[in-house]
This record gives sequence, structure tokens and C-alpha cells, in this order.
Amino acid sequence: MPKDKATKSILLAGVGGQGILRASDIISLALMAAGYDVKKSEVHGMAQRGGSVTSHVRYGEKVYSPLAARGSVDIILSFEKLETLRYIDYLKKNAFVLINDEAVFPPAVNMGIASYPENIPEIVGKVFKKVKVVEASALAEQAGEARTANTVMIGAVSNFLDVSLEVWEEVIGKSFPERIVEFNIKAFMLGRNA
Amino acid sequence: MKKIMSGNEAIARGAFECGATFAAGYPGTPSTEIMEQFSQYEGVYAEWSPNEKVAVEVAVGAALGGAKAMAVMKHVGVNVAADPLFTVSYTGTNGALVIVTADDPSLHSSQNEQDNRHYARSAKIPMLEPADSQEAKDFVKKAFELSALFDTPVFLRTTTRVSHSKSIVLLEDPEKPVKKEVERLDPVKYVMVPHNARMRRVAVEERMQNLRRYAETMPENRMEINDRRIGIVTAGMPYNYAKEVFPDFSYLKLGMVYPLPEKMIRAFATKVGKIYVVEELDSFLEEQLRAMGIKTVGKDIFPYSGEFDPGVIAEAVKRRPAKKVQLSPVEIPPRPPNLCPGCPHRGLFYVLGKSKTIVTGDIGCYTLSFMKPLEGLQGCICMGASIGMAHGLSKSLGTKGKGKVVGVLGDSTFIHSGITSLLNTAYNRSNVLTVIADNRTTAMTGMQQHPGTGLTLQGEKTVELNFESLAKSLGIPDVRVVDPYDLKGTRAAVREELGKPGPSLIISRGPCVLLNRGAARKRPFKVVEEKCAGCKLCLGLGCPPLSWKKYPTATERMLEERPKKVEGAAVIDPSLCTGCSLCEQVCNYGAIVEEE
Ligand SMILES: Cc1ncc(C[n+]2csc(CCOP(=O)(O)OP(=O)(O)O)c2C)c(N)n1
Repeated sequence: MPKDKATKSILLAGVGGQGILRASDIISLALMAAGYDVKKSEVHGMAQRGGSVTSHVRYGEKVYSPLAARGSVDIILSFEKLETLRYIDYLKKNAFVLINDEAVFPPAVNMGIASYPENIPEIVGKVFKKVKVVEASALAEQAGEARTANTVMIGAVSNFLDVSLEVWEEVIGKSFPERIVEFNIKAFMLGRNA
Repeated sequence: MKKIMSGNEAIARGAFECGATFAAGYPGTPSTEIMEQFSQYEGVYAEWSPNEKVAVEVAVGAALGGAKAMAVMKHVGVNVAADPLFTVSYTGTNGALVIVTADDPSLHSSQNEQDNRHYARSAKIPMLEPADSQEAKDFVKKAFELSALFDTPVFLRTTTRVSHSKSIVLLEDPEKPVKKEVERLDPVKYVMVPHNARMRRVAVEERMQNLRRYAETMPENRMEINDRRIGIVTAGMPYNYAKEVFPDFSYLKLGMVYPLPEKMIRAFATKVGKIYVVEELDSFLEEQLRAMGIKTVGKDIFPYSGEFDPGVIAEAVKRRPAKKVQLSPVEIPPRPPNLCPGCPHRGLFYVLGKSKTIVTGDIGCYTLSFMKPLEGLQGCICMGASIGMAHGLSKSLGTKGKGKVVGVLGDSTFIHSGITSLLNTAYNRSNVLTVIADNRTTAMTGMQQHPGTGLTLQGEKTVELNFESLAKSLGIPDVRVVDPYDLKGTRAAVREELGKPGPSLIISRGPCVLLNRGAARKRPFKVVEEKCAGCKLCLGLGCPPLSWKKYPTATERMLEERPKKVEGAAVIDPSLCTGCSLCEQVCNYGAIVEEE
């Protein structure tokens, strides 16, 4: 059990199909391996199919609720820019905001009846001081496999967690079919060093 | 060994560990993964039944045969299965029978928010409610134990948050399944004619009394006495939320929510000052406490709808709303779930949306087509309701309804509870057109097999229900199959069938795009910008890869060499397009073509 025993919360947000549930599974496994109690929650079914998707990951010495309250999240890991705004009320004052530099247009934007907000990181940055934009798609390409963008995001959040590199490597190694483990380790490292 | 498991995985594991060998269910969020996981354990039998009523009956049979059997469904599934449930409560179960009901506070994926704890009381069936995955595993074992001990079916109730949260679980070695032997059934106990049932009714009452006594000492009901000023009575997931906000108060955590341990509750009430009852949805526990004459704070401050979280509890008790983050004002466009790119439902519902008809719909992915721009259906109540509603509507409209009413439902939904209502349209000389949106799977809940797919839950090949010949046998004279990717053909079929008197059936057949994701993809389509008239007709398909690029300035328009009146052009994202060609068929200007 690492030194800090208080329960902390990570909120993953994005769009169905971006690999959010897989990413939150990997983060939870790594936290468990590091000695924390962990709970995570997510919603399946109707909430997918291209809809907005979130997953809460909570860890500490003893975790009760798998859901974080509004105003209590320590880190948001946003897989899509707009979704950062949708869940902004979950963040506590000094929260870390990690945003994937990716826009997926919602139907109303596609149909030309709504517009996609511009400068999202700047808008968020006016209230939250610790905002970081991660170019996950570009880094995933660099890792050799475009579908590893979610692993890049895991790498980015790993800097904020008291989990050793060996644990991350082991968990990632077990989470993917063998032929793509190497791409995912690469993607993780690119995200970690971004 | 420690493992992170969802509540659903833990229920499957718990059932396996305690020697359950039999499960029947029908998919439904948030319950589906219980069956999917259980079916993979060594030495078990698990089936998708056509609906929840059949699943319960099958599980009853297995229990009567001496097995530990489980029937698994979402909350509304219990409505479908209620008939056998209320009477198997009388007969008892011989082996052991656990009914898992997964409720959905906040309606994440459901048509209503009913609180199935009421079923426990009205059917006189005890109900356990776990708070996390470890308890989910432990309580399912307890449920089997109680079932065998008291010769009763037992409910295990979860909510979405228990089913779909993951937490750490300690795995144990599975017990060897033991099966009670049966030669024949005792008719006095199992033939529920009035005379026998009256006798069993007495047995049910005795059983409830015994269970009440048992509840007083079972370790799953427990007091945690700390700060005595406030005592919280709670069960299931809300226990965690309350514990997180008020770790120092006293708790009465109920593992069994029906019947309640009255003595224990009274004892708790004397130990603490003020009592809060923390429960999602209805005031099920609170009303019973009040009936005991105990003063409570509950639904007067806690919401009666929607799931809780620690914030909801803190706000209610402290009577102070959570602070909102003030960003500079931006409009956040909603992101509802949508039909996938290339979905076979899109073509069908595009046609239905444009037809001048009343369309009663049903539950499945296709329900999403009620939204703009498709607006393909205008009603949806419960699984299978579409055909009956269409028939009633058409009858009540009389001659005005001729050729105007369509009932539409998915293949899995048709099998679940549409067959009898299709029969009814033949029997009662209906004028409705029924359409089966046959995508060869149960897509909404994650691609489960059903009697029309030719495969069982455990992957065995089996007979494949033939909708065409079934409909003919039911007495539907006109049955035809259309390809929903052919808009012209689909439109013509709908028009022709609506024009004929009597009931008819169209089967709109195209496999779900998620079924063969590995198959070679078709070439995507693209917009030839010079030809695009900017009419936005293609956007009426509501297809995710299709979007609209507005030309903002005169200069830009000139650079694109576009006539003045064209305000913009459609764009197709090639990485999302599946090449289904619907947009090409819709375009009147030949501006959408296959990429080379
Ligand atoms: C009584 C009941 N059981 C289960 C469900 C969950 N459920 C919603 S839609 C659906 C099946 C949809 O399958 P299908 O009709 O084939 O349509 P598709 O999603 O494939 O388009 C199920 C099982 C429900 N809503 N009600």
C-alpha cells in the first residue's frame, strides 16, 4: 500500500468506441497491483452506440463508493475534447485535466444545427491551472498502431499515479493479445513522456 | 486469489463456486453478463430462453429436478416472468432456485425505473441485496442456501451500479455440485389447483414467519455502532455512498431487504438518536420502519428517482447544493447514442419516417430512430408491444386507419413476445403491416444469440426459426423479405403491403454491422464537391460519417469555385463510412460516389 491512503478519483470520459472501458480496466488493475483498494464503475448498453461514455476509477486504502461525487474528482482523463466540458462539474478545484486532442462531432454538429466549441483547452484552462493536451492519435500512429490511442492516454495519466513502471508493463502485457503488446507498451511510453 | 470483478461476473462466479449447474435467462442491461460469464464455466448448462417467463419456468423445472438453478433478467423481465414466479412461491423448489433481478435506477438503459423490491413482498419471496462485487458473490451463495433451507425461490436484486461496478473479490475453490435425486413429483405440492394451493398458501405463511426469525440472526444483516447520534438504515449500493460521506455514524446494513428483521431494527432504533433511511427509488424500507412506529428521515429529503452517489447524499443531508464550475459560456451539444454507420435499421426507418403512417415501435437499437432526423417510429412501451398497439390503433381508427398503421420490432423482440400478437393480427382480421427489423442478433444488449440465429448461448448449432414459414402458419397471407440497404425496394414493399387489405408482414433483413467486423470492408463513399448542391438531403439519414461543411465567407466560396447560392457541402469521413450506399441512393445530384 503506497503512502497516500486517502481515496482519490479519476474520471475517464469520451465517446463510445474509444476504448474507455478497457483503459479504466487497465488503470484499475495497475492500482490493485500497487496495493490499493480499487473500485470502478461504468455503464453499458444504451449508453454506448456512439453516445457519451464515462468510467470512474477510485482508489485508496479502503474505497466505499465506485462513483465519485460532483466536485471531487482529482484527475479527468478526457478522450474527446468536448466531453471534458460535459463532466467539468465533477472536478475538484485543483484537478489535473488531461485532454486528448481529438474532436468527434455529435449528431447536431454533423447536421449543421449546432457548432463544436472552439478552444476547449483554453476555456478549461481559465478555471483549472493544470491542463495538458495529449496528441494521442498522433502518438498512437507513432507507436505503429492507430488503435492504441487509449493506451497513450493511460501513459499520460500514469505520471500522476504511485504505480511503478514494472507494474504498468506487466498489466499492459496481460491485457492485450501478444502480437499487439509491443505497440501498446510503446504507446504507453509515448504518452508517459509526452 | 484476488481479482477485480464486476458485480455480474461475481454473481456468475458465486453461483459456480457453490455448485449451481443451471441457468436460464434473457438478455437485458444491466443483467446480461451474468449469463454470458456463467455459461463459460466448466460443467454447467446455461441457455438464452426466448423470454424471461420461459427462463423462469425452465429454471423451476431444473430446480424441481434437484439442481441449483438460476434465472437471470433485468427488472422489467420480472414483469414478463411474474406469472410463474407468484405461484412457484407456493410450490417451493425442491432443489434450489435463485431469481436474479437487475434494477436500473436512473434508467441508464431501460424504459422505466421500477423498484423490484416490491415483487419480494407481493410474491412472498425473500430478497437479498449485495452492495459490491464481493457481496454479490457471497450473497448469491447465501441465496442458494436459503432456497434449499426454506424450500423457496429467492430473489437476488442488484442495481446497475452493483452489476457494472468492479471491485476486488476473493476467489474460492468451487464446491462439487450435489443434486437432489427425484423420482416423481408430489402432486399435492406441485399441482396448483385451488385445493392444493390453499394448503400451500399456509405453508408460504409459515415459511415467511421462519424467514423473519432467521433474518434476526443472519450475519448479512448487521449493525455497525459508532457515533450514536445518527443511525443510517440502508442496503445495497447506497450503503457505500452513505459510508463514504458519513464514515462515523452508526449503520444498520441490511443484506436481506425482505423480510425485515423487526427486532434488530427496533434494537437499532433504541441505540441511536435520529434515523435516516438511505434507499434509492421507492420508500420500501422506510414505509416498513414507519409501520413499526419508528420515526425516520428518508424520502422527505432524499430523491425518489435516479441513482444516488455520495454527492446526492451529502447534498440531501446537509441541505446544500454542490458547487458548479463556472466556465465561460459555451453551448455543449448533446451526444445521444446513435445507430452505427452502416446499420441495416437506417434504411428501413428512413423509409418509415418518410411514409405517411403511424408507426408503433418496440425496444431495441432501432428505437433510437425515433430521434431526428430519421423520426422512424412514434411509440415504444415494452418489448413486443408494437404489434398489439398497431392492431388496436388500426381497429380504433376504423376505415381511416386503412393502410396507415405499421408495427415494427426487432427479431429478438419478435421472438420474445411478438409472435402471439402477430397471430392476433391474423385471428382478429387486422389491417396492420408488421415489419420485423431482422438484423440476425440481439444487438442492443451486445449481440446475443436467439432462436432465429441458429446458435445457442453455449455455442452449439441448433435449428433456426424461419420467420417466413412461421408467419404463414399463423395465418398471415402476405409475407415478404426486403433488403433495407435498397431504399427503392423497401419503399415499394411498404407502399404495396399497406395498400392491401388484411394483415401483412415485411421482414427487413440485413445483418447487424457489428456482427462481421472482421469481414472485408466495402469501399467508403465520398462527396464530389462540385456536384453537391448543398441540399442536405443526405444528412436526413443521420449517419455519423456524414457531416456538413458550411462555407463561411465569400472568398472561401470563390476559392472552392462554388455558385453563390450553395451555402456549403456534405462531407463523408472515410474512416467511419462502411460503404452501405444509402447516401448515394438519397442524393439527387449524383454527388456521392464510391471512392476509387
Ligand atoms: C422484458 C425485457 N427484457 C429485456 C429487455 C432488454 N432489451 C432491450 S432491447 C432488447 C433486444 C433487442 O433485440 P432486437 O429486437 O433483435 O433489436 P436490435 O437491438 O437487434 O435492433 C432487449 C433484450 C427489455 N427492455 N425488456
